[in-house]
Amino acid sequence: MAYSSHIPLSSKKIARCREIAKSIGSQVASLVKVNSTVGTERAVLRLLGFNDATANEQGQLFPAANFICDQVKAQDRLHEGALYWIANALIATGSDIPTLQEKVIRRQVDVGALASQDSKQVHRLANQLAKEAYKNLIQYRKERTQVARKLKDPIKENRPLKYVIVATGNIFEDVTQAKSAVLDGADVIAVIRSTAQSLLDYVPQGTTTEGFGGTYATQANFRVMRQALDEVGKEVNRYIRLTNYCSGLCMSEIAALGAMEGLDCLLNDAMYGILFRDINMRRTLIDQHFSRLICSKSGIWIMTGEDNYMKTTDAVESGDQVLASQFINEAAALNAGMAKGQMSIGHAMEMDPYYEKVILMEIARAQMTRQIFPEAPLKYMCNTKYKSGDIFTSHAIDTIFNLIGSMTNQGVILLGMLTEAVHTPFLQDRSISIRNANYILNGALGLSEEFGYRSDGFISTFAQKVLNDAVTLLEKIDRIGIYKAIEKRTFAGVSRTIDGGKGADGVFEVERGRYLNPFFELMGSKI
Amino acid sequence: MAEINFSSLKPYGDTTDDGAIQLSFTLPIEPSAKAREAATQLVRGWGFFDVKIAHMSKIGVNYCLFVVFARTDKGVDYNKIEVPDLGGEKRSYKEIDKLILSDIKRAIRVVGACTGYDAHTVGLDAILNMKGFDGDIGLERYKGFKTVNMGSQVPTEELIDRAVKENADAILLSKVVSQKDIHISDMRDLIARLKKRGLEGKFILVAGGPRVTHKMALELGYDAGFTIGAKPSDVANFLYEKMVERMDKGQVEPSSKSEPKSGKKKSDK
Repeated sequence: MAYSSHIPLSSKKIARCREIAKSIGSQVASLVKVNSTVGTERAVLRLLGFNDATANEQGQLFPAANFICDQVKAQDRLHEGALYWIANALIATGSDIPTLQEKVIRRQVDVGALASQDSKQVHRLANQLAKEAYKNLIQYRKERTQVARKLKDPIKENRPLKYVIVATGNIFEDVTQAKSAVLDGADVIAVIRSTAQSLLDYVPQGTTTEGFGGTYATQANFRVMRQALDEVGKEVNRYIRLTNYCSGLCMSEIAALGAMEGLDCLLNDAMYGILFRDINMRRTLIDQHFSRLICSKSGIWIMTGEDNYMKTTDAVESGDQVLASQFINEAAALNAGMAKGQMSIGHAMEMDPYYEKVILMEIARAQMTRQIFPEAPLKYMCNTKYKSGDIFTSHAIDTIFNLIGSMTNQGVILLGMLTEAVHTPFLQDRSISIRNANYILNGALGLSEEFGYRSDGFISTFAQKVLNDAVTLLEKIDRIGIYKAIEKRTFAGVSRTIDGGKGADGVFEVERGRYLNPFFELMGSKI
Repeated sequence: MAEINFSSLKPYGDTTDDGAIQLSFTLPIEPSAKAREAATQLVRGWGFFDVKIAHMSKIGVNYCLFVVFARTDKGVDYNKIEVPDLGGEKRSYKEIDKLILSDIKRAIRVVGACTGYDAHTVGLDAILNMKGFDGDIGLERYKGFKTVNMGSQVPTEELIDRAVKENADAILLSKVVSQKDIHISDMRDLIARLKKRGLEGKFILVAGGPRVTHKMALELGYDAGFTIGAKPSDVANFLYEKMVERMDKGQVEPSSKSEPKSGKKKSDK
């Protein structure tokens, strides 16, 4: 009987999965190549510095980026790229970006309606603007690295990062909760967004104190939390990572704002929007590519959402779709030039906790994922589906989750809350959860180096089957095409069509040879 | 075993009628002897006695967690408590399907949705979708049901429009998110909009969700409320019995518009 620190998995099959995923990725690439979206164009505007807001007709604060994008769209000029018309407007009005923004806000300039300037001159200026914006992005990254370098990085402690959520709806209350969590031992703070923000086709402006089930993701809120975490990080001499949600209709804009405000990670997965928020797949796949380009160059980890598939399907059976999707997500990230160390690939412990040998199955999944994506800071999500109001059993499940996370060397563990399915966590719920993780991660340090997996054992067999099934599934997806596969309920048991869903009207074909978005090249897009 | 006093029912720790309870809460102060005393007095003030602060520790900046054991002498008269019962027999999918075919003579048309901001379709899917949950298959698979699952974040008006269009017998409303009692206001919203459109009493109204109770659903004007643990067959059986009741009252015509399905499924998306 052979034991090894690794589950025996066929490297040929793993390579085969990557090969098919690459082919599936090229299906998406051909979509991205000839299309853009209003979200992507607004992200370009954000990168250029259009981050102010103006009151719209209803008196609500409305981002200048939306305003400008709408102006260009109204003149049917968006297919040449928002950047082109910004450069055109700068020349036409003889202003710089802040002045132009001010003029737009004061309704003195309609960017879409200005006379066309000399195209060569416009191109030259546009390229120059993009280069400057790109330089700024690299500068933000440098500044972040400098903050991090002065502190101890928990990632070097050879244990998973402890990730907790705050979700009060009020950014200032969130700060209190986040600081407390850090003092108790949290390494990553996720500010949960207000329910359904992903469906807003603009990013709200300013600091916010009202939200449903979470706090609005805004540039100002990012800044408030970033500053708070840097402060408390200094106090405990630990670099604290900040994450937020980069999916939905403003996916690429959030990436741009996140990069400017020093976020470390972003939950970034088009599939989540498609399946669970019914966002049009073309829209969000195009936005995803641009968002990943930004993340890639800003050093932001993307966190993928495959854990969610198990919530709507039988988690024991859905291992293959999770793995297949992880490969597809990896391929898409590679197309954005992202380093593997930036891919926080998602998975979860969501099998029915009362199944016989379920803990063995969960170890098999977690270890398998670890081995297949060795460089990825894997994002491992705790059980939520089988949580009820029984907080005591819930806490027991979380303990096992922490142990599996530790012994399979996950990158980030999304700590379970004993009150999951009851309410968004109280201060004490989060504290109790972190205490549990502190105990397990400290107590089980190095456990994985002491034990091996039986080559013909239950765990190995279970993991091998998931890999085999994933090969079959990926082949099927490649054959029928990713769009058809989504329509046929391949993921999460949910069906979506290529033209269905929200935000489809924000997709447009770019004018070949005239469309201008130098960021693709600057950021090293492989598409 | 000691006799239970039902006219003054009390919690049980390890002795009948000891009234033992456990509590945990956080105070926005640092742990100290004074904090311990504050917690003790607080719990006493709530009417408990024999207050034991079993645990006191610091959380984060300046908060303090307490785990407290105490006793109460306040009981409740169990005999006087009335809770509406969903009733109904426990029947299997096959039995229900057979009964619908023989008694209703057509498929029961059901439209379900999570309205408002609610994006959590776990409960709705478990009841409606083919797969069901915990081995109990969903309504979609029954021959006796024609189901439409509209999914999440459906505006209430759209749900009503669809129910009208499908000539539905029943509307299933699933509410998971309950922050600030949003589930209750969304449940009320459906009732109010139905009333406004003169559709009161037209549909069998069923609500479901972790914070929904049958009692609360009845109070809001629904025919039933299902909570965690309810199986698709429970909902199916309720709908069947309600249909029979409505037919007896002449509220439903066992029309021929939608014949029982011949095994073919129809889904919204």
